[in-house]
Amino acid sequence: MLEGIMIGLEAAFSIQNLLLVVAGCLIGTFIGMLPGLGPMSIIAIMIPVAITLGDPAAALILLAGVYYGAIFGGSTSSILLNAPGIAGTVATSFDGYPMARNGQAGKALTIAAVSSFAGGMIGVVLLMIFAPALSSVALLFHSAEYFALMVVGLSAIAAFAGTGQVTKALMMTLLGLILATVGEGALFNMPRFTLGIMDLQSGISFITLAMAMFALPEAVFLVLNPAGSAGGQDGSRKITGLRFSRAEGRAMVPVIGRQSVQGFFIGVLPGAGATLASFLGYAVERNIAKGDDQAEFGHGSVKGLAAPETANNAACTGSFVPLLTLGIPGSGTTAILLGALIALNVTPGPRLMTDTPEIFWAVIMSMFIGNVVLLILNLPLIPYIAKILSIPRNYLIPFILFFTLMGAYIGQNNATELLMLVGLGVMAIIFRFADYPLAPLLIGFILGRMMEDNFARSMQLYRGPDFILERPMTLGLLALALILVVLPSYRARRARKRAEGVADGD
Amino acid sequence: MALDRWIALIFILFCCTYGYLAFFTMDQDVPPFMQSNPVWPSTFPKVLAVLGVIVGLVVLLGLEKPDAEKEPSATDINYRRLHEYKLGQALALLGLMVAYALLLRPAGFIIATVIFLVAGSTVLGERKFHVMIPVSLIAAGFVWYLVQQVLGIFLRPLPFFLGH
Repeated sequence: MLEGIMIGLEAAFSIQNLLLVVAGCLIGTFIGMLPGLGPMSIIAIMIPVAITLGDPAAALILLAGVYYGAIFGGSTSSILLNAPGIAGTVATSFDGYPMARNGQAGKALTIAAVSSFAGGMIGVVLLMIFAPALSSVALLFHSAEYFALMVVGLSAIAAFAGTGQVTKALMMTLLGLILATVGEGALFNMPRFTLGIMDLQSGISFITLAMAMFALPEAVFLVLNPAGSAGGQDGSRKITGLRFSRAEGRAMVPVIGRQSVQGFFIGVLPGAGATLASFLGYAVERNIAKGDDQAEFGHGSVKGLAAPETANNAACTGSFVPLLTLGIPGSGTTAILLGALIALNVTPGPRLMTDTPEIFWAVIMSMFIGNVVLLILNLPLIPYIAKILSIPRNYLIPFILFFTLMGAYIGQNNATELLMLVGLGVMAIIFRFADYPLAPLLIGFILGRMMEDNFARSMQLYRGPDFILERPMTLGLLALALILVVLPSYRARRARKRAEGVADGD
Repeated sequence: MALDRWIALIFILFCCTYGYLAFFTMDQDVPPFMQSNPVWPSTFPKVLAVLGVIVGLVVLLGLEKPDAEKEPSATDINYRRLHEYKLGQALALLGLMVAYALLLRPAGFIIATVIFLVAGSTVLGERKFHVMIPVSLIAAGFVWYLVQQVLGIFLRPLPFFLGH
């Protein structure tokens, strides 16, 4: 491991990569602060730039920096405006906004920054411990298990979608898988489902899809419903007094300790991610707190602010575990990162650590650097960066749309791609109106090709679908996937029956 | 019928078309040497089509009960309040994006971008053209430099009749 750390340090401390971390964090903070634009949109917009860098390690470093920055920026707008940029920082506004309203905006930002820093740092240490262990297990996997593992991952994402949403999430996943079959695959040298359209020959570009699913609808919703985003109002409020007291620091320590570990492990689970981690972290800390401490939650409690901030950053780091060790993304954001890596001819998975250790370790090391950059560079700059919140939306929205258009154009160098972007974007907007989750679609799309490859390979090896029965681990994983999908509706049914007072047979 | 069910219905029809293509039109093209292969290009799509129809039916028939307690929040986007939203602005912006896609090649990057940015902010109610036009010009020039010179991707800056 020490050798790996050295390789990583060497790569991460090159001038270019250091600059990329700093740039990524700054850009991420900048855009992440805009209410309504989440990390997925920002990363999607940044991907064309990352891909043209050509170096996979540099690309990942830039994108990881953007990711961290976006989360940090999101908590800033939660605290200052009570307008969370992303779901993962909603819990931050519970205590952060009251604190800012009491004139302690600077203190709230510092507490958020310090706890994000601690959560991120502890998360990276845990990642360094668990990722190599998990990937040595994953090396024993064959294509049959990989196929099954992807089915488990996709089902878990659907299962975590929430009550009444599981089948909708499954439907979106299937649509993603179907879209992935369009075009000429590597496995079979024939075009499929192109309907004779030349532009579909190479398949649907994942950058276009990612932009259409996230950046475009989010921008359009900012137009549709100005009330939903409180941006452009009091963002320029004076931010002073960045310090917090020693007693407050002492109160934060145990919270950070608990929430960084809990957040990390929630982040590892596919589909759970930062949102769940931050809400759960907040709830757990409120239940643990006693007396006055508990009463303060919701009215500017230090603990109530530190808990979700620590947890969501630790969870972001945790979500890199399945990506780097299994090559299976557990969230929309890591799915986009996976897509970027595939575009750079790197296949993340257990072999990543043995074949190209420099990529793996450079990313880990740059996470450390990213956290430090956020703390020592971004925090003092926050009062200035917060000015972006006062940019009028009349200017902002056309620019966001322009950047999505540019991203799609750069990815494919083709103007018809832009029409596809708008078409898919309109589809995404309709899906959002009908309350369909979109992340499963993108994850399904990105995993689609790999899933079919592994499926075909195991079919060929076992001359038919017998591999499902002959490999106990595959069978076990597939059974787990089935349980994950069926369990939520089974439990909901039981709960409903109990509520109606009908005996449920046991 | 609620919007989500309409979407499920469309999805089922889509899966049927997709399944039809997979089951009945793809297998003729499989070359003879691949026919003894246990997987054909159509195998995975067939599985997906069948699963898609099943899942679509579950949503369409409402077999999974939604969370009754959940009230749609006021800030969340909701199509039942569509008439309260600024629909015209959003549609105009989408139209502008399409126009941009069609204009990009013939009009060149700079002109198309400036038109898009200025028209976009006008749609949103901005009237300070003396600010917006210089800002868009600078932005267009900067992005063009970035894409063409730094990233090395061809982007014609000027209209087609002014050379390339």
